Amino acid sequence: MKKKKRSPLFRRLNYFSPIEHHSNKHSQTTREDRDWENVYRNRWQYDKVVRSTHGVNCTGSCSWNIYVKNGIVTWEGQNLNYPSTGPDMPDFEPRGCPRGASFSWYIYSPLRVKYPYVRGVLINLWREALQTHQNPLEAWKSIVENPEKAKSYKQARGKGGFVRAEWPEVLKLISASLLYTVMKYGPDRNVGFSPIPAMSMISHASGSRFMSLIGGPMLSFYDWYADLPPASPQIWGDQTDVPESSDWYNSGYIITWGSNVPLTRTPDAHFLAEARYKGAKVISISPDFAESSKFADDWLSIRQGTDGALAMAMGHVILQEFYVNQETERFIEYAKQYTDFPFLVTLSKENGVYTAGRFLHAKDIGRKTKHDQWKPAVWDEQTSSFAIPQGTMGSRWDGQQKWNLHMIDEETGEPIEPRLSVLGIEDEIGTVRIPYFSNDGNKVLERDLPIKKMNLNGEETYITTVFDLILANYGVNRGIGERSAVSYDDPEPFTPAWQEQMTGIKKEAVVKIAREFAQNAIDTDGRSMIIVGAGINHWFNSDTIYRAVLNLVLLVGAQGVNGGGWAHYVGQEKLRPAEGWQTIATAKDWEGVPKLQNGTSFFYFATDQWRYEDQPISDLASPIAASSRYKHHADYNVLAARLGWLPSYPTFNQNGIDLYKEAEKAGAATPEDVGAYVASQLQEKKLKFAIEDPDNEVNFPRNLFVWRANLISSSGKGHEYFLKHLLGTTNGLMNDDSDSIRPEEIKWREQAPEGKLDLLINLDFRMAGTALYSDIVLPAATWYEKHDLSSTDMHPFIHPFAPAISAPWESKSDWDIFKALSKAVSDLAEEVDMEPVKEVVATPLLHDTMQELAQPFGKINDWSKGECEAIPGKTMPNIQVVERDYKHIFHKMTALGPNVALKPSGTKGMSWSIADEYESLKQRLGEITSDSVAKGCPNISEAKQAAEAILTLSSTSNGKVAVKAWESLENITNLKLKDLAEEREEECFTFEQITAQPKTVITSPAFTGSEKGGRRYSPFTTNVEKLIPWRTLTGRQSYYVDHELMMEFGETMATFKPILQHRPFLSKRPDQEGKEIVLNYLTPHNKWSVHSMYFDSLPMLTLFRGGPTVWMNKDDAEDTDIKDNDWIECFNRNGVVVARAVLSHRIPKGMAFMHHAQDRHINVPGTKLTNNRGGTHNSPTRIHVKPTQMIGGYAQLSYGFNYYGPTGNQRDLNVVIRKLKEVDWLED
Amino acid sequence: MKIKAQIGMVMNLDKCIGCHTCSVTCKNTWTNRSGAEYMYFNNVETKPGIGYPKQWEDQDKYKGGWTLKKGKLELKSGSKTNRLAGLFYNPNQPSIDDYYEPWNYDYETLTNSPQKKHQPVARPKSSLTGDFMNIEWGPNWEDDLAGGHITGLEDPNVQKMEESIKTEFDDVFMMYLPRICEHCINPACVSSCPSGAMYKREEDGIVLVDQNACRSWRYCVSSCPYKKVYFNWQTNKAEKCTLCFPRLEAGLPTICSETCVGRIRYLGVMLYDADKVEEAASVENEKDLYHSQLDVFLDPNDPEVAKLAKEQGIPAEWIEAAQQSPIYKMIIDWKIALPLHPEYRTLPMVWYIPPLSPIMNLFEGKGSRQTAEDIFPAIDQMRIPIDYLAQLLTAGDTDHIRSTLKKMSVMRQYMRAVQTNKSIDPELISSVGLTEQQIEDMYRLLAIAKYDDRFVIPSSHREEVSDLYAEQGSCGLSFSGGPGSCF
Repeated sequence: MKKKKRSPLFRRLNYFSPIEHHSNKHSQTTREDRDWENVYRNRWQYDKVVRSTHGVNCTGSCSWNIYVKNGIVTWEGQNLNYPSTGPDMPDFEPRGCPRGASFSWYIYSPLRVKYPYVRGVLINLWREALQTHQNPLEAWKSIVENPEKAKSYKQARGKGGFVRAEWPEVLKLISASLLYTVMKYGPDRNVGFSPIPAMSMISHASGSRFMSLIGGPMLSFYDWYADLPPASPQIWGDQTDVPESSDWYNSGYIITWGSNVPLTRTPDAHFLAEARYKGAKVISISPDFAESSKFADDWLSIRQGTDGALAMAMGHVILQEFYVNQETERFIEYAKQYTDFPFLVTLSKENGVYTAGRFLHAKDIGRKTKHDQWKPAVWDEQTSSFAIPQGTMGSRWDGQQKWNLHMIDEETGEPIEPRLSVLGIEDEIGTVRIPYFSNDGNKVLERDLPIKKMNLNGEETYITTVFDLILANYGVNRGIGERSAVSYDDPEPFTPAWQEQMTGIKKEAVVKIAREFAQNAIDTDGRSMIIVGAGINHWFNSDTIYRAVLNLVLLVGAQGVNGGGWAHYVGQEKLRPAEGWQTIATAKDWEGVPKLQNGTSFFYFATDQWRYEDQPISDLASPIAASSRYKHHADYNVLAARLGWLPSYPTFNQNGIDLYKEAEKAGAATPEDVGAYVASQLQEKKLKFAIEDPDNEVNFPRNLFVWRANLISSSGKGHEYFLKHLLGTTNGLMNDDSDSIRPEEIKWREQAPEGKLDLLINLDFRMAGTALYSDIVLPAATWYEKHDLSSTDMHPFIHPFAPAISAPWESKSDWDIFKALSKAVSDLAEEVDMEPVKEVVATPLLHDTMQELAQPFGKINDWSKGECEAIPGKTMPNIQVVERDYKHIFHKMTALGPNVALKPSGTKGMSWSIADEYESLKQRLGEITSDSVAKGCPNISEAKQAAEAILTLSSTSNGKVAVKAWESLENITNLKLKDLAEEREEECFTFEQITAQPKTVITSPAFTGSEKGGRRYSPFTTNVEKLIPWRTLTGRQSYYVDHELMMEFGETMATFKPILQHRPFLSKRPDQEGKEIVLNYLTPHNKWSVHSMYFDSLPMLTLFRGGPTVWMNKDDAEDTDIKDNDWIECFNRNGVVVARAVLSHRIPKGMAFMHHAQDRHINVPGTKLTNNRGGTHNSPTRIHVKPTQMIGGYAQLSYGFNYYGPTGNQRDLNVVIRKLKEVDWLED
Repeated sequence: MKIKAQIGMVMNLDKCIGCHTCSVTCKNTWTNRSGAEYMYFNNVETKPGIGYPKQWEDQDKYKGGWTLKKGKLELKSGSKTNRLAGLFYNPNQPSIDDYYEPWNYDYETLTNSPQKKHQPVARPKSSLTGDFMNIEWGPNWEDDLAGGHITGLEDPNVQKMEESIKTEFDDVFMMYLPRICEHCINPACVSSCPSGAMYKREEDGIVLVDQNACRSWRYCVSSCPYKKVYFNWQTNKAEKCTLCFPRLEAGLPTICSETCVGRIRYLGVMLYDADKVEEAASVENEKDLYHSQLDVFLDPNDPEVAKLAKEQGIPAEWIEAAQQSPIYKMIIDWKIALPLHPEYRTLPMVWYIPPLSPIMNLFEGKGSRQTAEDIFPAIDQMRIPIDYLAQLLTAGDTDHIRSTLKKMSVMRQYMRAVQTNKSIDPELISSVGLTEQQIEDMYRLLAIAKYDDRFVIPSSHREEVSDLYAEQGSCGLSFSGGPGSCF
């Protein structure tokens, strides 16, 4: 075949003499030597392919092939062999996006962290201290307790000066700081932050396990990221449960609402495009012409932040036309069975008008039943009297096996026919007061309501149903009075005409789309879907927006139906093998009381953003309430900590170890005694919560680990507050606290602390924002260099990470780093001969435990105000005692502890034994043979072993466990359920199996949908089909939430609340310089990065504009003399960010998009405003905490980690934008 | 009749999400190296816009493709003699600034910086000069209409429209256009190469630049009207999309196709009559070029064609693949895929299904929707002007764009009726010239689109050209005096 090479000259001659041609030389055949083609064939050849994925917070969980050639990772491509969805649906292949496709760039890039780094000034101090102090803890003390020394290294943060260090030296330094803090301030001053376990659950668990073993709190992220939709726990008692993306294909009508599917859900977007071909209509609701708008049939350009108004108006139309004008049978039946519409609510009467109160309970009607304060009532048509249906929160915990949705009276066992409305049996059409919120002043709406009067317990009681209240709330015309909207054109809240003024959307469009949405649900048995996203979720009042939107899917009976319901895709990730992961991540196998702190509250206080509140929260209170309880947001958080609603770490103004010693000295022998002692100390004000004095140095967090995250430059809303107060380094904060509101419950210290943290420790493979500002950077393995597990809610599969190459240079996997650190801590504990300690640990009243029955009727009783006794676990946090021996940390870290077999496993209030599985793990993983506390335990010293353990212990990945889990739920519900998993009982996933092919999870009660028989996952389908109750007060989906604080802020029902009115500056502002414009500052997700990840990679930077950008409307820019690609400053009192302007007619006027997580280490010049570098996207942001999101101890409103808590919302603010006069790179 | 087999591609722009995964995976595999930094064998453009390189569609400027001179087909860059005379002077070539100046960052400084007053930062540096630079253009500068209010109006397609567009918020529209080499049936690049370094492969129609034969004349760069031949400034050779022939030869789809998460790409075999090429490319009216290219294709299910193809040496497996070709269905049977800029007369082989788009004015439009069943927008009310799509895909023939979009719309209406157990007006179906079965087939190929249905690629028949018995043991060895390598 090989021919002799011809001379180039000869080849030239070919031009004149083709060999064979057709069509007058327009087609020709040559007979040249084509061996050169091997050049490209050789490029395509490779040595091996390894299946791995990307541990990045995008929820993609895409399986990839990593190609290795000559020992180098050369490129990656999607792995395609997901189990099929069946012949009549599109498959999941290929999953991936340009960001993931470019990942291999990082491995060998100059951005890679190759060695451990410590800032030079710190390592020098440490080396010097070790010279003069025998005891490393003393050495550390000599640095951090010396203000001058401490300041010298804290002030240097973020400004270069890293030096390479050796692993042992660095680990010893960290260990000394950790143990010093444990003994001096308490274990809860060592804090860990790592988000989204599902994206690499072993890596998350590594540090989380370590933190739990040393008694350090782990911070939540889902709420802090403002990705958690608090409306979900409020409505469903569930954190977030959503359909997998392929279920979009089952839909007949899809509204994408504030969700930019092609951009944020890149690998899933095809299902949306394809569903259209199957006949689904698609509506895009988005202020800008977004990528998702491209796929829509109709695009509603809504004024940003007014989505709640549109949703209320759509609800108005649906209620009017499909419930009142004509009763749609499907909707009515659904409402009765699956929602709280028929439940009865009490009303109070004052000056002749009524105000809605709490639910009517068994106790109110004189029923003798267990938990009678937790069993709400309905009106039974059959008996014309009250009935208490099964399945309420009271039934859940009363041990009577009646927690199910059969419409049967829990006492008599008789079927109930619940009335939806008291209209028809009413005693009066009364006037009910409805709160209304507006920028022109809040006001009280008066609406007509049918009311029934009953004499209960000797008192005249006024009652109505939730349905009646909702109709009044929406202003629906029922023909029962004058006080409702006359027509859709009536500008009365909440009509289509009313919303037009808020949203800018024509009322005709609203009517049309609401009708179509409802009609489609009729035509398709509920397959109407709303995909909701960050565009409507990052606001201060996101929960009211969401409740208005989600009511739409409830109203048309679409929830719990494949192809229907809500589909929230914001930062959520479904960690499928949940129980096994929890066991390892919280070290439940050994200790059992993890400290799980809600991140938002932690950062709000740790970064001192609480000191800068200038708008009284009372402005936001319901016009019906006399006033709000407090003026300052932070006071509510103190209340929440005190009443056990939210966790609060650091907890007390005293070391928990010392507190235990004190209690013991005072005679406490049992944990109950200790609890009583702590309660009395608190009541006597001898002991205080740390949150009451966050700026006292004894209450500072001291060591903060950040891994798998970029806290400083990505999620750190209030970036400049982080730099100033938490880190104590150069910052661009232009705010001051001299005029801000003073809290009542918190000690105000005139001098705000700067540099609270002793150490910021970052594990990463790239030198991004957090690494730059850390004291210590540890080189982490990349995603192509370790074993791990991945899952998501976008698809139902579990699949692995596996090393394509060994971790290069001195990098290690997160698992190996924390393992090494646990060894260093144990060794140091030995070196200083640290005694075992006992620590008092406070935990909040937890969701899915009996503690959710702690505070009945949603009534607030504050023991500190003498309104009740302080009772641990009831009116205040639960108090427990934990024993720790720091010498054993390493042994416990690397072995699966005996509690796995000794204590029940479980989730969501169910429990079962996994003793058998524990035994099998001993054989499969090998037992620890060394003489230690872990002797005989299964060995999990390697990440892969931990992964195997997780797969074996979890109900979604082990069929036997799944069946046990369903049996445990059968015991509570008296329903037949285990058929959902029985056909897969013999399956137990192994790492090898999921490496060969991703495996579809087994249907488990840990989640609310079913994968049985290849079915596509859709949430709450098991509730609807199997009649499993929702974990709410009524057991049904909630339109009405009756907690006292909800009333205080007017949120018992869905409503519209305008975005916060924010001024960039109050009094002092920098001088005006040229033309300026004030725009609403929005930070949506970025097309070219996943949060800050990939933002710094050359492939992604090349594909757009090479650095930070801010999108603006072309006319807004023209008014300000800004041209495309000009440098601009965006600023307000929180800080300033410098970026390039991107102008487009795609963006509406009045807003600026700075896409999320544009980090400050790439192409960011300085600004004269602060004489500092131009910051991150979060420089102009800060958070405001919302009191209603702090409620606890009350049914579905009880704390769970990443389940409930205030969100770190950052969207309700404005910035000044102007052209940057002079580009200064600040190279000094 | 001379029958040739060609691998072609169809991209369904209606499904394209503009994500650029294709660009990245292609680049990582093929052009992620010095000298090739600026090359994107596959790129994606937001339209309207001027694209990459800037205004590549402006053939008055670049002189790419063919033109008719007195009814004779001639390269737009001039006659062969003219080109030879001007071998050392090529004014129609895009400059690096028309693509973009490739850059990198001084990332090292983040780790190595001494302690300073201010935080270190990585700044962009030119990959060509090594100097700090200001980034002023890139390979995807106009993403999602960035700066599109200005460059959108400079889009050559817009300039050709009868009624121009407005770049105002109320009128906004956009679409994505992923582009690779067209592997044309009548490639201008091959004809223009003075070194004979470019050729169109006999067995599959892939157009390649022989890296040993290329003599840096760069006529291919200017003659290609799609600007899909690039010049490597390190090796001084032209390089271009190879349609991933090393993968195709193994029966695998191209990288860009397989990694396309919008699942918009289809690959298949087309048979065509090489004797008709000139005639098809030479029709007088530009609007007829689409139809004349259709006439070049042969029906692989015609027994005569199949028989002749076999006789002419096309392997049976390739004929079978042609018979099952997904792109044949879209191009010929349903006529929903269209060639990109047929007026360039190169008979391109990457075809496109035009995109639907949201209705322009929800309530101020002409009120097309009288009945509740008809819930989809009418074609003429869609945001993307029909004329714009016609400039891209039919040399200005709006009728055919309209009929293509209508077929998509009717497919949706039909499927909606099936899903909701409603009846559909049979006239609606026949009005687009399709049968119910065809609509269902179309639905399955466009929506369900399983991997094996998207890509029907016969592997190559090496036994025809090589002594494989001898090569089996020496395959891959290429030491001096050794047996040479195979693939």
